[in-house]
Amino acid sequence: MTNEKTIREPLFHISKRAPLSKGQVALIYLSAVVIALILSGFVCTLLFGANPFAALVGIFEGNFGTDSRIWWLLRDASLLLLVSLALAPAFRMKFWNLGGNGQIIMGALACYACMHYAYGQIPNVIMYILMITTSVGVGILWAIIPAVFKAKWNTNETLFTLMMNYIAMGLVNYATSKWSLQQTGKLEPINGAKLPEIGNKYILIILIAVAVTVFMFFYLKKSKHGFEVALVGESVNTARYVGINVKKTVIRTVLLSGAICGIVGLLFCGVVDGNVYEDTPQNMGFTAIMAVWFAQCNPLIMIISSFGIIFLSRGINHYQKNVLKLTNSAVSDMIVGFVYFIILCCEFFVVYKLQTRRNKRNFGFKDISEQIAGKGDGKPTAVEKEERNEGGNK
Amino acid sequence: MKKQIALELKNICKYFPGKVIANKNVNLTLYKGEILSLLGENGSGKTTLMNMISGIYFPDEGKIFIDGEEVVIRSPKDAFKYKIGMIHQHFKLVDIFSAAENIVLGVNDGSRYNIKKVNSRVREIAERYGFDIDPKKKIYNMSVSEKQTVEIIKVLYRGADILILDEPTAVLTPQEIEKLFVILRKMKADGKSIIIITHKLNEVMEISDRVSILRKGEYIGTVETAETNPKELTEMMVGKKTDLKIERVKTDFDRPLLEIRDLVINKDDGSLAIDNASFYIRGGEILGVAGIAGCGQKELCEAIAGLRPIKSGLIMHKGENLIGLPPKVIIEKGVSMSFIPEDRLGMGLAPSFSITDNMMLKTYSEGRGPFVDRKSARARANALIEKLDIVTPSSETPVRRLSGGNVQKVLVGREIESAPNVIITAYPVRGLDINSSYVIYDILNEQKKKGTGILFIGEDLDVMLALCDKIIVICHGKIMGIVHAEKTTKEELGLMMTGSLDLTEEKKDKNYGIAKDSNLTEEEWKAEEEKQAEKENEDD
Amino acid sequence: MGANLAGAIALGTVLLLGSVGEIITEKSGHLNLGIPGIMCMGAVGGCWGMVVYANLLANPASANWFLLLFLAVTCSMIFGALGAAIYSFLTVSLRANQNVTGLALTIFGTGFSLFFVKQYIGKGNAESVLPALSKILNTSLPFAGDLGFFGQVFLSFGIIVYLAVLIALFAAFTLRKTRVGLRLRAIGESPATADAVGINVLLYKYSASLIGGAVAGLGGLIYIVVCRGGNGLFEVPTDLPRFGWLAIALVIFTVWKPDVAILGSILFGLLYMLKDMGIPFNSYILKLVPYLVTIIVLIFTSIFGSKAVQPPASLGLNYFREDR
Repeated sequence: MTNEKTIREPLFHISKRAPLSKGQVALIYLSAVVIALILSGFVCTLLFGANPFAALVGIFEGNFGTDSRIWWLLRDASLLLLVSLALAPAFRMKFWNLGGNGQIIMGALACYACMHYAYGQIPNVIMYILMITTSVGVGILWAIIPAVFKAKWNTNETLFTLMMNYIAMGLVNYATSKWSLQQTGKLEPINGAKLPEIGNKYILIILIAVAVTVFMFFYLKKSKHGFEVALVGESVNTARYVGINVKKTVIRTVLLSGAICGIVGLLFCGVVDGNVYEDTPQNMGFTAIMAVWFAQCNPLIMIISSFGIIFLSRGINHYQKNVLKLTNSAVSDMIVGFVYFIILCCEFFVVYKLQTRRNKRNFGFKDISEQIAGKGDGKPTAVEKEERNEGGNK
Repeated sequence: MKKQIALELKNICKYFPGKVIANKNVNLTLYKGEILSLLGENGSGKTTLMNMISGIYFPDEGKIFIDGEEVVIRSPKDAFKYKIGMIHQHFKLVDIFSAAENIVLGVNDGSRYNIKKVNSRVREIAERYGFDIDPKKKIYNMSVSEKQTVEIIKVLYRGADILILDEPTAVLTPQEIEKLFVILRKMKADGKSIIIITHKLNEVMEISDRVSILRKGEYIGTVETAETNPKELTEMMVGKKTDLKIERVKTDFDRPLLEIRDLVINKDDGSLAIDNASFYIRGGEILGVAGIAGCGQKELCEAIAGLRPIKSGLIMHKGENLIGLPPKVIIEKGVSMSFIPEDRLGMGLAPSFSITDNMMLKTYSEGRGPFVDRKSARARANALIEKLDIVTPSSETPVRRLSGGNVQKVLVGREIESAPNVIITAYPVRGLDINSSYVIYDILNEQKKKGTGILFIGEDLDVMLALCDKIIVICHGKIMGIVHAEKTTKEELGLMMTGSLDLTEEKKDKNYGIAKDSNLTEEEWKAEEEKQAEKENEDD
Repeated sequence: MGANLAGAIALGTVLLLGSVGEIITEKSGHLNLGIPGIMCMGAVGGCWGMVVYANLLANPASANWFLLLFLAVTCSMIFGALGAAIYSFLTVSLRANQNVTGLALTIFGTGFSLFFVKQYIGKGNAESVLPALSKILNTSLPFAGDLGFFGQVFLSFGIIVYLAVLIALFAAFTLRKTRVGLRLRAIGESPATADAVGINVLLYKYSASLIGGAVAGLGGLIYIVVCRGGNGLFEVPTDLPRFGWLAIALVIFTVWKPDVAILGSILFGLLYMLKDMGIPFNSYILKLVPYLVTIIVLIFTSIFGSKAVQPPASLGLNYFREDR
């Protein structure tokens, strides 16, 4: 060492880590959620001087406190799960469908139009069929327009689908100006025309969500279509080479997306609340993108992510309203957004690791991960041996 | 005269994820005013080592000395501070900028940004060392050697004294290489120290003063060029004496399988990729395609595989026109294409899919019902892993996690498994170490014995001369000649690649690239041509 | 007619700052879909600064014009930059997916702004004070009224609007003519190239995101102060994001050039004002025109786009030096 001062090394060093096993990745996500919860409790304390444990109790209260709260939780989680399932195939194909909100609104609006014109005019059964088909059809239409242009000319689907949201909102406002009787700024529910209840009005939603989850799991993981979707998302060139009609796949997949969003619209209008207005989808079109992302497009994990997001936002909302007496519904949006950030932060450790230069300490699970994988014996595996031969010049 | 040390590395180590050792205890000394060759096989850690000097990577252990003082190079900026400039193998240039803009990009001399002044300084440097360059020309309009010139001027502009060139000759023609060597000698005379990475022995012997050798990340030694010979260097490089001769299997050539006539293909930007090419591939023959990178090889592959529409011409497979057929039908006819792009993943493989899923890329839609048949694909994957010695934890491992050699084995293995009668393969040994390369050559030779026609698009002329039966040489999309590998020389190929020699001109009377025992009679060819012309008119 | 044109320019300024912010960010290779959220944060941040200042005074109308302007602009820019700081930390340092992070930021930003308004600004007399303060900020040049139609359309604004145009021009100049601009563009095209010549890529990426966020945040403030005359603070999270999305779309329309964005944004402002221009057509349908035109522009550029008007080549891809 000639001169201590000139030999400064970077404080942190980021490098890619060896691929983790599924269990290790799950562990990272789990710790992300735990850290997120602790930190949001801390934020609550900071902002409102609240007791973080009370906040936790409040969140559980808000979801499980009464029977109806549990039903609401299941209802919203099922709806979000459905939207996530709708977006997942498009996402898997790297088609950024940000138009979930618009597709839901249009589905709801189509359903409402059927109710508005047909209720009392024709037998209910025919009206129900009409409601279902038009909702699905219009949802498909709203999704497929950007998809056709994407397939044909590679038009930017991110902004296209976003603009379709606002056009849908405009159309709802137009319809409201024509059909609304009480000038509430919303299309008021036509309760008589709603779909018949099975048990109570939430069970139908839950059943549909379960059915679509099972369908989507097999569709994405096991079917030929799912294979094509994944391949188009992976590499369009390879897909074309093996004989996949990429345009057809894009349109077909987004069609499925739109159809499921149309069903969600139908549920919002024909089962749940019946109001149709700009915010009918409760921003689930965007929220679902988070749910899909955190679940890496896996339908089974999406059950957890959708449920988790709804659990948190319902819980916080209950807590701020009934415990903190804030009447500030935005608290939950803000904190849930904050939680997204924390989880996105933690995702970093799935791919990278942080090392400090001086003592070569590893942050982010490296040691733990080796214990889990049982690879601590220092013997390189076959792959590693091979990689050593290759490693230098990639 | 005692030589002054410009750069010294002591015990440099670098590890990559998964306990991969890229460099271990490497020592290196570079004197002022010398050219040092860094020799090693692909994957021996040459580039990694140089990246640590230029600040791209940070060494895990070891010390770097510049002019006798220990330094820490944390970033490329630090490297420039110590007057180190690296010319990367894959040029680091901004495509939409002009040459001068690229050159001045990282410079901060405190003066106001004035592109006109930069232009004139660039011309000044070009004159001094004998470069030929227009500072205002945009990079996307430049040839490979022009781009390399920009890279070299870029580091000179910033006053670099130590220049590192990573495989600078890989993309150049023999004539361009000569020009580059003249310039390098001028720079050496100017007092610059130069490290040149290469694995071409003749170049090492020609240009360098000393040679340092790496093998599998470890430092083997340094020798004076004048006191060594290619044989010794090869031994140091590969460790044991290896017979570099690739076997050329003798087969009885069958009738032409694939006949291509007057083929014209455009590039994406509308310029000519392949200009009026005629050639044919026989069963049991390996036909090489030589040419400088980006001379229409990719477009040719894509056109035969049905991925790229052609402008005009005919592609006949066993007497049947392939033009206009969807890729899938062409695959079903037994024409297989595998293209290894520079990043080695891409065409033909889905990197994040498992080996099993990659096995069924072309066959997934077979069988009835809506579901894919993963079970049989898994069996085939395991069979392939067994047969080709693919090193992988399981058949369910994404191919992205495999090392380069194994990825290519999966790709080539799958293509062969489908029992094709024509194999189009581009750069199948790109980036592979010698042993893996041999596995691939063996696979190809085995196919050749079975009567398969193989179009081998390659980079290394030595390999092509040894492996192929005939070689087509193209220059800017034009066929310059089709030669028998046994009868030609590297020099001749080099001249043809650069367009200095055109054999088709010499033998105008002979119908170049047209088989005497074609599957079709001349009348039938005419008829096909007319049919094709009709189709084209309909399309318009 | 003049009033509508002036309204179009005012709205255009909001779009302009949104797209200039996005252009600066995109030039560094980062597609920030969080701009709508950032604009909301900037809007409430600027208003907060104004209200805090006004509450120190006995009579809000007596507020010092310059100090008010300074506080409003600074606060909105800081809040905007804070939003962008979250975005850039996640995408630049932690290499999180840009689209997902941007959307999360929009969700967070709209939620945060409503929360902030309800919790800190809206409780007192803000709703009555803000219009008065906005009036001060909107004070036009003294002779604007004397110049007839021209004066009414182009000179009737407070200095804040001209500040926005200046920012756009300055951004255009910097990108095109200076060393900093050259480097930023190089990073957006190929960060590895920029890195290899010793440019501090992370610093530039952070700076571009933060400055872009600050500029977009100011756009949010202008929406409240100029377009809404200080009203509608509670509607920020529902009304403002649509302008954020339009601003992002405008970036494509203006081929990543801030000076072209000046004209483009006024044009879109006009489209947005169509519904108020007394055109004998269903006003609900007229409201859809800006979105329809955006879609048409998107389609048009995708069909006829040339090499010269492509987005920065590395847009959407995070840079990690050791990726080979």
